[in-house]
Amino acid sequence: MNEKTTVARQENSPTRADAALTPPVDVFEDATGIVLHADLPGVPRDKLHLHVEAETLTIEGEVDLNMPEGMEATHAEVSVPRYRRVFTLSRELDTEKVSAEFRNGVLTLRIPKAEHAQPRRIEVEVA
Amino acid sequence: MYRSLFPHDVFAELDRLQREMNQAFEFSPSIRGLARGGFPAMNVGGTPQSVEIYAFVPGVDPDSIEVQLEKGVLTIAGERASALPAQDVKANVHINERFAGSFRRVVTMPDDADPDKVSARYRDGMLHISIQRRETAQPRRISIQ
Repeated sequence: MNEKTTVARQENSPTRADAALTPPVDVFEDATGIVLHADLPGVPRDKLHLHVEAETLTIEGEVDLNMPEGMEATHAEVSVPRYRRVFTLSRELDTEKVSAEFRNGVLTLRIPKAEHAQPRRIEVEVA
Repeated sequence: MYRSLFPHDVFAELDRLQREMNQAFEFSPSIRGLARGGFPAMNVGGTPQSVEIYAFVPGVDPDSIEVQLEKGVLTIAGERASALPAQDVKANVHINERFAGSFRRVVTMPDDADPDKVSARYRDGMLHISIQRRETAQPRRISIQ
């Protein structure tokens, strides 16, 4: 699983409306597949968009601050109300069986390896 | 924890470097700092009636977050466990960017913030604290007789 930052930055012109924050992620892999955790605080469930196309995984979310009317920001670290990150998946991952969970602003994705790519114990027959 | 020798995630590394640079060079307006790059990230704003603080604390049980307002200083503290597998589990960690461990951020509130009128809500990993301003401090129109 590689990150596709370069391509994403070329495709998207750097206009203000398009700007997005890069959410921090943890990615680890064991024998059965890949697990990804992404921090997307402030994104309601219905504004989280996951997209798998060919071998590209896109995570996008819009922040809903629910600000009171007439609020003036004096200090903003989350300055753009949008997150986006794009990854390239590898062929042995089974994109049909991705499971996603979104809880307290943390997205957890499990991408299993295709069955043929999973390690298998080979029985040795004693003649 | 198995880590690859050459992290192929060069852009994430650059991102981190940039964050650290920002933190090192940024001018902080207050002695208690509102320095960028810490966890949780915070947005602060205000209306004539209230002070609004948004802390971005994803993946933390809201009951375990400690919010304190004392002598005009707001403290947000807590702990976040690592989501990565334990060291003895055979798994490769490819990217490790998310914050883990205990955190504490301290912000000075304006003088007119009323410590008795605070509300805090946690939703989608975001903690929203709203502090009412004292009524005496609110602008008032004085009618001329």
